[in-house]
Amino acid sequence: MTSKLKPETLAKADEIIALYPERRSATLPLLHLAQEDHGWICHEIIEWVAEKVGTTPMEVLGVATFYPMFHRQPIGKRHIRVCRTLSCALRGAYHTMEALEKEFGIQRGETAADGSVSLEFVECIASCGTGPVVHVDHELHEEITPERVKELADNIRATLSDPEYGKKEFVPGTAAWKG
Amino acid sequence: MSAQERRIIYAHIGQPGYTTDIDCYLRHGGYETLKKAFAMPPQAVCDEVKTSGLRGRGGAGFPTGVKWSFLDRKSGKPVYLVVNADESEPGTYKDRQIIYNDPHQIVEGTLITAYAIQAKQAFIYIRGEFQHGAKLLEKAIAEAKAHHFCGNNILGSDYSVEIIVHRGGGCYVCGEETGLIESLEGKRGYPRIKPPYFPAVLGLYNCPTIVNNAETMAQVKHIIAMGGAEFAKIGVPGDRGTHIWGVSGLVKRPGLYEIEAGKATFGQLLYDFCGGPLDGRTFKAIIPGGSSTKILKFGDRFKGKLPSGEEFDWALEDIPLDANSIMACGTGLGTGGTIVLDDSVEMIQALANLNAFYAHETCGQCTPCREGSLWLSRITKRIAAGGGREEDVPMLKDIADQVAGRTICAHGEAVAWPVQSAVPKFREEYLESVRRRNKGEPSPYALKLI
Ligand SMILES: Cc1cc2nc3c(=O)[nH]c(=O)nc-3n(C[C@H](O)[C@H](O)[C@H](O)COP(=O)(O)O)c2cc1C
Ligand code: FES
Repeated sequence: MTSKLKPETLAKADEIIALYPERRSATLPLLHLAQEDHGWICHEIIEWVAEKVGTTPMEVLGVATFYPMFHRQPIGKRHIRVCRTLSCALRGAYHTMEALEKEFGIQRGETAADGSVSLEFVECIASCGTGPVVHVDHELHEEITPERVKELADNIRATLSDPEYGKKEFVPGTAAWKG
Repeated sequence: MSAQERRIIYAHIGQPGYTTDIDCYLRHGGYETLKKAFAMPPQAVCDEVKTSGLRGRGGAGFPTGVKWSFLDRKSGKPVYLVVNADESEPGTYKDRQIIYNDPHQIVEGTLITAYAIQAKQAFIYIRGEFQHGAKLLEKAIAEAKAHHFCGNNILGSDYSVEIIVHRGGGCYVCGEETGLIESLEGKRGYPRIKPPYFPAVLGLYNCPTIVNNAETMAQVKHIIAMGGAEFAKIGVPGDRGTHIWGVSGLVKRPGLYEIEAGKATFGQLLYDFCGGPLDGRTFKAIIPGGSSTKILKFGDRFKGKLPSGEEFDWALEDIPLDANSIMACGTGLGTGGTIVLDDSVEMIQALANLNAFYAHETCGQCTPCREGSLWLSRITKRIAAGGGREEDVPMLKDIADQVAGRTICAHGEAVAWPVQSAVPKFREEYLESVRRRNKGEPSPYALKLI
């Protein structure tokens, strides 16, 4: 048991485990589920997943550290991930990153002191034809050239105080739909 | 004559009013092919796929029907189907469009395949970043279940199968089929050694398993719809059906173009479909089929013999877009994700960019790949940062030569091929990059790639 997760999350975990022929297969899904609830993977969650899927915390820790999507420490309220791989770089991703660093006053790999945003370079996210692409939490923003960074940054800042953030309808073709 | 697209997989993608819900799919003839398949014995479905000549769309181009015939049926163990929707090869973004715009096509193809191989359970392993894509697939599966196309006693038959959508965690190597299987078992995505771990014999939970790419599933649907013999009329000998070319990088119109195999050339792809180079630029090189395929340089001549015995002498622009022609030119069709580089690109930075990718993505199991990818990355970064030496350039090739063929999985080749192919072709430019920096001269390249 863990007090870190909501009762709905715990119930969902049991549903997920029941899907699989072998419960250990639920390791990644449970880590995703826990991270979506708690924001990051703390040690208590590692122990909880291990107990749930019938393995050791060491094995789960090994998994959580292998996959870049899992955070082992808290991150900013908004997670900005810029693709830096070749197709995006050819379209200016490194320049986009520099502009974002200036906008938020932090370097890649850092979280703002007020905890508002984390900024990170990531590898190819399979949207290479519309680079440079930027993932903001679960939204995919395309063709974010340095000139369009200001607009994106303003939008991100506006969402920080938006109570409806993340609850919007998915409209085909939008950044939320593609995320 | 200018080349035409032939949209089979992408027939509805981008059409106004076409949505992801099952009603729309049914209005467009959806699940009729599933019904057709279920009226055939499973082996007959497998035979159609074999007859079609389809080669898998995940990058390696292995004949799909042949792969299915390798399933170990004697063991008596359950058979699993795993659909690879990891789409992690840089430059590749073709499966994304099917998942986000026409998910039922993948679901229908998966169900037909599951039936054909009599899988006990099917999985769609989707890259973790496709968060909404995973939801769209889950919704499509739920809709299919409500219509008795999936789940228990499909279409009233005695065959039942469930499809689980399983999200990865952002690891390239989990696109490799045995790394994927480990990942699906809840472990680190360490690829397994073959033999003995051929998935068709010892796959998921050590049971016989078929791993096929997501687009391959969609192709299977169309094979059954039109019949294997009819499908085998599309394309050219040795490469049947259409390929989705996903062009990215420095062209006027990057994008996805579905073209009948062998019925257009790289020149037509880059000029007619993609509008040619950006204004004032000239093309320098392409990486034809995802970042792991060997680079081709504009201006080079490609000479040799095709498997048919026919001799060829082509410029890059003349190379036909089919697997055998591209392979004869020393590279691969791969995933069809073509990355285009022009004269604004400093080649050493482009190589440093790719090396950084592979160094980040190596799983670390095999020493040559773990160490080699890091060294290659550090050396090219060092050159780009201005601390390079002339000996670095041949050393890159030496290191790459020590990686290829010495690893458990093909990530080793993915590390080595970009370097092995680029160093001989761009040696002079690399050396110039080293010298210019050492002399402290300004760079003529404004574009930063590392
Ligand atoms: C490092 C590496 C990454 C790969 N990534 C993918 C991928 O993202 N998607 C995919 O379908 N195949 C990928 N493959 C190829 C798979 O191993 C496998 O060949 C493929 O999924 C088989 O499907 P197919 O027969 O339908 O082509 C990758 C291979 C390697 C070596
Ligand atoms: S290179 Fe950026 S999405 Fe593929």
